[in-house]
Amino acid sequence: MALYRAHVLVCGGTGCVSSGSEGVLTALKERIAAKKLDNEVMVVPTGCHGMCEMGPIVVVYPEGVFYCRVTPEDAQEIVEEHLFKGRRVERLLYKESETLKGVPNYKDIPFYSKQVRVALRNCGYINPDNIEEYIVRDGYAALTKVLTEMQPADVIAEVKTSGLRGRGGGGFPTGLKWEFCARAAGDKKYVICNADEGDPGAFMDRSILEGDPHAILEGLLIGGYAMGADEAYIYCRAEYPLAIKRLQRAIEQAKEYGLLGDNILDSGFSFDVHIKEGAGAFVCGEETALMASIEGQRGMPRPRPPFPANKGLWAKPTNINNVETWANVPTIIRNGGAWYAAMGTEKSKGTKVFALTGKINHTGLVEVPMGLTIREVVFDLGGGILGGKKFKAVQIGGPSGGCLTEEHLDLPISYESLTAAGAIMGSGGLVVMDEETCMVDVAKFFLEFTQAESCGKCVPCREGTKQMLLMLNKITSGEGTLEDLDTLEELALMVKEMSLCGLGQTAPNPVLTTLRYFRDEYEAHIVEKRCPAGACSALLRYIIDPERCRRCGLCAKACPVSCISGDRQTPYVIDQDKCIKCGACYEKCPFDAIDRR
Amino acid sequence: MPRIKSLEDLKKIKENAKDLTSARSEGKTRVVIGMGTCGIAAGARKVMDAVLAELEKRGLHDVTVETTGCIGMCQQEPLLDVIRAGQGRITYGKVEPEDVPRIIADHVVNGTIVQDKVIGRAD
Repeated sequence: MALYRAHVLVCGGTGCVSSGSEGVLTALKERIAAKKLDNEVMVVPTGCHGMCEMGPIVVVYPEGVFYCRVTPEDAQEIVEEHLFKGRRVERLLYKESETLKGVPNYKDIPFYSKQVRVALRNCGYINPDNIEEYIVRDGYAALTKVLTEMQPADVIAEVKTSGLRGRGGGGFPTGLKWEFCARAAGDKKYVICNADEGDPGAFMDRSILEGDPHAILEGLLIGGYAMGADEAYIYCRAEYPLAIKRLQRAIEQAKEYGLLGDNILDSGFSFDVHIKEGAGAFVCGEETALMASIEGQRGMPRPRPPFPANKGLWAKPTNINNVETWANVPTIIRNGGAWYAAMGTEKSKGTKVFALTGKINHTGLVEVPMGLTIREVVFDLGGGILGGKKFKAVQIGGPSGGCLTEEHLDLPISYESLTAAGAIMGSGGLVVMDEETCMVDVAKFFLEFTQAESCGKCVPCREGTKQMLLMLNKITSGEGTLEDLDTLEELALMVKEMSLCGLGQTAPNPVLTTLRYFRDEYEAHIVEKRCPAGACSALLRYIIDPERCRRCGLCAKACPVSCISGDRQTPYVIDQDKCIKCGACYEKCPFDAIDRR
Repeated sequence: MPRIKSLEDLKKIKENAKDLTSARSEGKTRVVIGMGTCGIAAGARKVMDAVLAELEKRGLHDVTVETTGCIGMCQQEPLLDVIRAGQGRITYGKVEPEDVPRIIADHVVNGTIVQDKVIGRAD
């Protein structure tokens, strides 16, 4: 094998692919070949680096230089200057937000320096399509250890020691869940990887599947051995085509290497993995609905008990964990449960991946130890609020979670602390909102989502969320009454209490937390008919201040419904009856003479 | 097809595949070659080829090869630095491809600095 002195890693996560990383990869290869460096410089497509907003991302090793927002046109310069002459391309470096100085090295960028990567350890570092790169990074060493040195009970004990809890949202202790399934009677058992990630703004599972698919397979193999299962399903939504492609490739390779199939490592243990493509229903992330969907039935939840550990897929004992949980397993086995348990808080051990989205500077993925504060995640890693605006709230846990405010910024993140504050850990979506976000509108947005995704099986969720949404619509269009707030709260608590599955039980959380922390905003909508954030268009008024108006007429020209009148002598006026509140005049006015109220 | 049957098989694959990611890990001996215009004009390219060939011949996986720009000692090009843990940065000047095997064997592998070619040292 030829020795490559330099490796050029090009991010191939969905974020970077959509900002054009494939073109960058091709251009780099072309330029390297043209410079006859292709025998000494290797170009490697990798999974997500996490800093999606700065993509396409290119990292050059051995120096570890981090380039962002690289275009195919930049390839020439990177090859000529950096790879050939050894001079960093300064203009493509990550710039520190305060000093605007370039930060050349990957590990010195604040976004990365505070992270502890366990589940994401290989994402952005290896080529996910090459099993050997995974093996070089100690891949399948945990499987080998388990099959040659450990009894199934030892494996479960190790996972219990680690304190790992379900990363899909529930937070149930993984080791305990495994033990239930292992103890269940029956000779046929299944393990399932829940990759039906559907929360708006969440993409941690997708990135792991795309960036390190073998870690999931190894996790499933270890779980299968521990619980006595010989078959696994990965339930992945069909909207993740790249993840499915990489998983299929990984399964093929693992089979070629004898790591999947019959009599693995001559241990007598046989194991097979199937991929089931889901049609993208949010409710199928709920475990009983997910299993119904695998069985070919309509994806609807059923009451528990019986729990899947006793009666799951095809009525056989089944264990379901989500992608991130499985991805942690091999490293826990390799390094020991105690190593993992040393990170995090007393009851929430280890690390957690968060997807940062919304009004934040560094949209992307971060993995941090539990116990870090929300402030550290949003400001230190996430780089603060977009455009230097004021932080208002953060929605944790997606549509099932809740909005937390400034007073929670110093809250250490753990399952318990978030639940106490009214939110949930969820799968780790973190949507940041600034002062221009209307909290009633946010509650409405998430409720619209859960309402549309309600499967309709139980009345509280089907009808309750519908009525809640109608009330929110009434409030945001300025027709609400103060009694509506009480009814809304009462109904929300009822839906939470009485729904059949997790979807309905958590759907009211955004409404309940915004009512709890931002009741004044609801009241402003109702009493003053005013949206404090200026986001609810039905309540908006655009008014031209005659004092400030210089009668240029640009607003009238910009208005798509021609509702602004005036001339060189008389100041312009907006006809409020015809105004559609598009804001075009507001944007256009060069003298800031238009007020938005 | 390399079917893995035991821990040894896995280790073998890991060993053979080491080069795949070796350039990405840290904390290794570094060889840095001056590739400014001056270096290239003086024949740094041939030195680079010789370094890569020698490392491959010896199967050295724990050495990184980097390039750097002009550092101002153009009259001494081609320049080659070896940075080895505990020995600081040693700069060799007027390096010919023929000198490379000696530098790799004595310095990179055994830690003995090739005194007659040294022109500078920084800790």
